[in-house]
Amino acid sequence: MGLLSDPYRRRALSRLVLRLNTPLCLLSYAAGLGWFLALAFPPVAPRTYMSENAMGSTMVEEQFAYGERALSYAREFAGHKKKAGGLPVAWLEKTMWNLGLEVYKQPFSRTLPFPDETRERYMVKGTNVYGILRAPRAASTESLVLSVPCSEGQHNNQAVGLMLALASYFRGQIYWAKDIIFLVNEHDLLGMEAWLEAYHDVNITEMQSSGMLGRAGAIQAAVSLELSSDVVTSFDVAVEGLNGQLPNLDLVNLFHAFCQKNGLLCTIQGKLQRSDWDTLPAYAHSLQTLLLMVLKQGSGRPQGDHGLFLRYHIEAITVRGINSFRQYKYDMSTVGKTLEGMFRKLNNLLERLHQSYFFYLLPSLSRFVSIGVYMPAFGFLILILVLKALDLWMKLSKCDASPVERLWDGDQAAAHGAAEESRPGLLTLVPPLLICHATGLTLYFLPVLGQHVATQHFPVSESEAVVLTVIAIYVAGLALPHNTHRVLTGSGSDRGWMTLKLLALLYLAMQLGCVALVNFSLGFLLAATMVPVAAAVQPTGPKYLYAVLLVLVTPAVTLLLGIFLYQELIEYPVSVLECWQLFLQAVAEGLLDHYLYGSIVFPFVAIFVYPCWLLLWNVLFWK
Amino acid sequence: MVEVRKKTLNFSCLLCNFVSFIQMVIRCETLTSVVVEGLALLDLGVSPYSGAIFHETPLIIYLFHFLIEYAELVFMITDVLTAIALYLAIQDFNKVVFKKQKLLIELDKYAPDVAELIRTPMEMHYIPLKVALFYLLNPYTVMSCVAKSTCTINNTVIAFFILATIKGSAFLSAVFLALATYQSLYPLTLFAPALLYLLQRQFIPVKLKSKSFWLYTMQYAALYLCSLVVIICLSFFLLNSWDFIPSVYGFILSVPDLTPNIGLFWYFFAEMFEHFSLFFVCVFQINVFFYTIPLAVKLKEHPVFFMFIQIAIISIFKSYPTVGDIALYMAFLPVWSHLYRFLRNIFILSCVLIVCSLLFPVLWHLWIYAGSANSNFYYAITLTFNIGQILLISDYFYAFLRREYYLTHGLYLTRQDGTEAMLVLK
Repeated sequence: MGLLSDPYRRRALSRLVLRLNTPLCLLSYAAGLGWFLALAFPPVAPRTYMSENAMGSTMVEEQFAYGERALSYAREFAGHKKKAGGLPVAWLEKTMWNLGLEVYKQPFSRTLPFPDETRERYMVKGTNVYGILRAPRAASTESLVLSVPCSEGQHNNQAVGLMLALASYFRGQIYWAKDIIFLVNEHDLLGMEAWLEAYHDVNITEMQSSGMLGRAGAIQAAVSLELSSDVVTSFDVAVEGLNGQLPNLDLVNLFHAFCQKNGLLCTIQGKLQRSDWDTLPAYAHSLQTLLLMVLKQGSGRPQGDHGLFLRYHIEAITVRGINSFRQYKYDMSTVGKTLEGMFRKLNNLLERLHQSYFFYLLPSLSRFVSIGVYMPAFGFLILILVLKALDLWMKLSKCDASPVERLWDGDQAAAHGAAEESRPGLLTLVPPLLICHATGLTLYFLPVLGQHVATQHFPVSESEAVVLTVIAIYVAGLALPHNTHRVLTGSGSDRGWMTLKLLALLYLAMQLGCVALVNFSLGFLLAATMVPVAAAVQPTGPKYLYAVLLVLVTPAVTLLLGIFLYQELIEYPVSVLECWQLFLQAVAEGLLDHYLYGSIVFPFVAIFVYPCWLLLWNVLFWK
Repeated sequence: MVEVRKKTLNFSCLLCNFVSFIQMVIRCETLTSVVVEGLALLDLGVSPYSGAIFHETPLIIYLFHFLIEYAELVFMITDVLTAIALYLAIQDFNKVVFKKQKLLIELDKYAPDVAELIRTPMEMHYIPLKVALFYLLNPYTVMSCVAKSTCTINNTVIAFFILATIKGSAFLSAVFLALATYQSLYPLTLFAPALLYLLQRQFIPVKLKSKSFWLYTMQYAALYLCSLVVIICLSFFLLNSWDFIPSVYGFILSVPDLTPNIGLFWYFFAEMFEHFSLFFVCVFQINVFFYTIPLAVKLKEHPVFFMFIQIAIISIFKSYPTVGDIALYMAFLPVWSHLYRFLRNIFILSCVLIVCSLLFPVLWHLWIYAGSANSNFYYAITLTFNIGQILLISDYFYAFLRREYYLTHGLYLTRQDGTEAMLVLK
């Protein structure tokens, strides 16, 4: 406390903050971005290692040899699927029953808040079928899940086949200490959500489903399998779940370990790990992987069916079989062996996976960056806001003190009057604050509530109406509030905008700080774009430059640029028009994610970030 | 005001998840659901303290025996009563302060150049209203009201105690102090400031040799002890057993419940080896009582400020602190608004407190619901929050002392060689 209570050192410190504010801010921004870029550099990111004792070295011997049977199941399933025009419930039930599983089905239905045009669904009806393999060695207190989404067309038939073959093999083994649930869910995430809600007997979304008849204890871990070809060249693992939540790193390690044991190629974000690390291309490669992870996590979308498990405290990953034009192909037996090994290891668990990290970034599958290492990058960015706020605060308290001191010799009342006049008071800040937040709330509520009105008056479909209303309100917000403070007269001073900016900066810092703890990537992406402009913006100086910059860093533009960057990174570049299409799609899906699964990104941006951005817009046009 | 509170209440009810967080955080010692459990046991003819979760006093359980149907209303009314009591108390206190200031000016006790430190009736006019609003609209108060924390009732008792003291009624002050002590034990330490204030009001000098000082002290202490004994005996006759003494006060003192809250105790004692815990419980508990004596010596001329500091210390160092306790001492902050120019870190500290208050639910969610963070994350914020509170209180304390020094020695201090001097705290 010596530093804060000793007036001489305080004075030195405050002088430092005041005089060197801009250089310090620039330095801090450079440090933040530099730190983030350095995360992809292998010496910074240590190698992954297995923390969980029960899953130690790969000491199980896999004996799965039903590769051919898996393929025949897959063909049979495909035939029945075509015939039934959807999930062949009866056939699946019969087959699972014949394998010796306890079979249950769970019908569900859900009416979406507005039609989903990319997947072409509105009123969804479906059935989940699952079979429970009761563990011979323990009571049904714990379980593992192998889930396979049943999607339209020819997709994922092989996954169902492999699941059934695994089930028939697992049934014959005596070492299971946890029940294993084999689940085929229809309508991908919707079915998963319905199943999870019913399994845990909660109803957090407006999902309608029949109650669940069969349960198998607390689910310890889940693997979601997607496989669409008879042979695979590599496996891709998806970790990012709803709201950017990640599974325990040990589960990823487990997958990686078994892939290595069986000689399977495995990738993350579709990127294969390079063997060298000290060259520039290798660095660029791991940076690309890292950036892809940040973009995917920041979107808050579940990147696979596993994403919804995480909310229920269940560690889960999605494993995707990829068939590309490589020479070495692996057959079903190898794939099955890998899954068998993973399940046998998970079967050995004595407690929930908790030893390893929950907050991490993966620049490659064998290296990780933990929260302690990546948080400083974000901390440096937030430091800019704090420095700027301190600077403003000191300037404000200086103008507070000076007129009073100057006028003190005169009449006391006159001095007070002058002080009152020069101080617009906090009251002037109320209208901008209220209007900005009202705009935010409108942005959140109106699009879905007003879709029917919009479709009646304009020639658009419901989902177009929703997206266009969002964009319209968003853009209208720019025009509306920037002269709201004129409602109260006599506020045309520097104090007014400085106070408003101080408020906006602190508000932004708090929002970003809170969201970065829940979803680091979202926080970091918003901070990296918004913070520098937020710190720089002021009503004096090159106003139009500031306006352009401010528009460029608004969350919507960040989303647009994020999509563009994402398409570049997955080496599938798009033109501007396609990017715009993708952007419209992303907005619709962001809303749907919120209403269907409870993603927080849309409400967070609409209710908090956007009003805060509008406050900054107000600062810019303060008169 | 009740309507406003009702509206805020309704709004808060929307945030169900958040409320569950509040309820979890302030669960220990202070939740009506716990009272319901006690009531059920009582109705079955079992001692309510035979279970492990009920730790309220017998009077509370009998109060809710009649009022449990109207629990929401009770909590809203108690909050409004607290605000009214604080309003009246501060109104009276301001008059006293102003009178004293006038007297000192007339006696020429102040340095000549401190005109800008003199407080004017104009700026003091709205302070009582501000205090009441600060209490009612404080998010912490709203939260503890929504969570139906019995801490609200303790706050009302303390507010009435303050009102009685400032009005100069020794008897009522002693009775309410006894009630507050009976409720949560820690207000015991408020005995010293109340006594000092009453002495000051009677113009009895605080001198250890003076006879009248001792006489009055004995009187007040006797009143206090008598009412305490009466209340405790009443509780005994209500339940016909002494079970409540270990179950209420033993629970407060020995800290057996380590459910996470916003205090400092739970994490330490969850981590600690069992055989050290007695020693450390003593060390932790001493904190509340330890500062009373030096503060009494230093602030004997300013008992109300002393009372504020002491309430804040209680709310920081008590074994099961709740957000309601914080609301009570924060309500006093407008009273010391004239210290504003002497506060050094108010900006940083208020930011720290607000950020911590926001991070509490976030980290709680990550720890309990998402399962990805752990208790260390949450405790780190608890620690920061409490350090922020301690710094805030010491900042106010230091500002108060500085103002007093300037009032007697003049605002523009000069060194002996004629240059401008500066007060340094070392």
